[in-house]
Amino acid sequence: MTAASPPTAASAPAPAGRTGTLGLALRQFDYWLTVYRRTWKGSAVSSFVMPLLYLTAMGVGLGGFIDDPDAIERLGGLTYLEYIAPGLLAATVMQNAVFESTYPVMSGIKWNKVFVAMLNTPVVVPALLLANFGYIAFRMTTIAGVFIVVTAVFGLVPSVWAGLLGLLVAVLIGLAHATPVVALSGRLENDAGFAIVFRLGVMPMFLFSGAFFPVSQLPAVFEWLAYVTPLWHGVELTRMLTTGTLEAGMAAVHTGYLLLWLMTGWWLAIKTFSRRLVQ
Amino acid sequence: MVVSRFVPGRKRVGPGIESLTVTFGDRGALIRARGLVKRYGDFEAVRGIDLDVPSGEAFGFLGPNGAGKSSAMRMIACVSPTSSGELTVLGLDPLADGSAIRARIGVCPQEDQLDVELTVRENLTVYGRYFGLSRAECRSRADELLDFVQLTDKANAKVESLSGGMKRRLTIARSLINQPDLLLLDEPTTGLDPQARHLLWDKLFRLRQQGVTLVLTTHYMDEAEQLCDRLVVMNDGRIVAEGSPTALIAQYSTREVTELRFGVGHHEQLGGKVADLAERIEVLPDRLLLYTDDGERATSEVAARGLRPDSVLVRRSTLEDVFLRLTGRSLVD
Ligand SMILES: Nc1ncnc2c1ncn2[C@@H]1O[C@H](COP(=O)(O)OP(=O)(O)O)[C@@H](O)[C@H]1O
Ligand SMILES: [Mg+2]
Repeated sequence: MTAASPPTAASAPAPAGRTGTLGLALRQFDYWLTVYRRTWKGSAVSSFVMPLLYLTAMGVGLGGFIDDPDAIERLGGLTYLEYIAPGLLAATVMQNAVFESTYPVMSGIKWNKVFVAMLNTPVVVPALLLANFGYIAFRMTTIAGVFIVVTAVFGLVPSVWAGLLGLLVAVLIGLAHATPVVALSGRLENDAGFAIVFRLGVMPMFLFSGAFFPVSQLPAVFEWLAYVTPLWHGVELTRMLTTGTLEAGMAAVHTGYLLLWLMTGWWLAIKTFSRRLVQ
Repeated sequence: MVVSRFVPGRKRVGPGIESLTVTFGDRGALIRARGLVKRYGDFEAVRGIDLDVPSGEAFGFLGPNGAGKSSAMRMIACVSPTSSGELTVLGLDPLADGSAIRARIGVCPQEDQLDVELTVRENLTVYGRYFGLSRAECRSRADELLDFVQLTDKANAKVESLSGGMKRRLTIARSLINQPDLLLLDEPTTGLDPQARHLLWDKLFRLRQQGVTLVLTTHYMDEAEQLCDRLVVMNDGRIVAEGSPTALIAQYSTREVTELRFGVGHHEQLGGKVADLAERIEVLPDRLLLYTDDGERATSEVAARGLRPDSVLVRRSTLEDVFLRLTGRSLVD
């Protein structure tokens, strides 16, 4: 048919009342679903294969050489496999969370401008960020979920509860890194800065935040630097859970420190996004 | 007092809307601005403009690049905070009620912000969800709108594969997904070929007939003349003229224009000899423009003075003459 008539308003208009931040964030569900649909396949394989490869190569292969009683004592009486499994989980989550907070965010602001378009609708900046962080939390749940199942197969998860708590902690670690990096992405003019984030942030943190060896092995300055990183706290917290050495005081410190990064990053993200997108 | 917004064939008044309508004020202005200013740092892009756009009007911002049209539009669309002055849109304050205002307006920004990784149809359905519409409602509206902008064939194509004109039509379709009371179009047809422009004008004309209030910016005179009941000419952040296209021509130009072409290089010197034949003349490198109410008479007087132009054209004044008079001929970029 060619006689296209303009659409007529058959139903009531969209409600004129104010919708809360959560409500506005939920309206973005379908958008994030489309994002997930077009990216999950690429990441599903790697999020399953990567931990398997790392655990086999480093935990089983390399760990086989570590039978020195002195070394095992320094690892807290754990086998090397037991030692690095939680570390790898935390570090993998960190790495993925940072990735999700860089290029896709810059695309929304600058390349594809999806975020700019959203703000032409009732969506507001805090709701936009809440939805984005919700999506990142979901991504971290799937990545950590697969990882935990794989480590459980290696016999490294003591109980279902430890696994579930580990999942929760993984989301916390992910968001503690995602929110400040999203805030940064809201400031950067181009993606050149991301190379620095990965080389000077992600890589050193991945290697030196206690995932693969105790930070006490490091020279004092770097040891203290490691304590400042949110990842070290995440690694320690995860390790407490998988090795059944949970200690309330330290667990609270680690959780609190991660929450501090999360909240600060969130607050900064609202600031940088508002300045960038509402000008 | 309730300002009636009844438009035949369109039922849009729902709960909660009456209470908003009451605040529209006497004239039912959908947009009201007084001394509206937009500053970016030290730079003033909009320097105190006053506007009243009543419901049902097609209103245009005409002006060269950099005049401040987009800045004004973005403030009205509640995506850019005002720097000073007063602004109400749909009777509400953008600062306090931006989200509620945006729920009822449609925005077609200067550059398409389509999601190139989604299909044409998904761009509409996903966007509709931001307005709180149900999935089923989004689907049915998307189909209607695709039909309306003649993109039904492309429904499942990726946006990347669309031509510029198709993308623009999709952006306009998207801005209609919430059945807005007020549609803001920033340079809707810039960069499109004539066919695509005429197709879009047709669509906008239909919307106007339905009673949708249109506010558009353009630097095409024909577009302004075709679509706008009333327009303002902006230059350098200020409104320099206001009125209907015909009123503006009457006020700032003459009824007719006689264009004389002599050999290149002679126009400067010949200008003086014919200046008294018109209300106003303009000397351009390639021609002389005589602004007069009777172009034929001016032409015969030119001949009577023994001048033999290579070519003579008598035409009606257009908005373009008004525009160039008000905003100057120097290139703004
Ligand atoms: N975000 C911005 N930051 C700084 N200057 C801006 C910004 N947006 C527009 N401008 C400047 O404001 C002026 C008016 O721009 P704009 O409103 O886009 O005009 P128009 O739409 O009429 O071409 C221009 O000089 C432009 O460079
Ligand atoms: Mg513009």
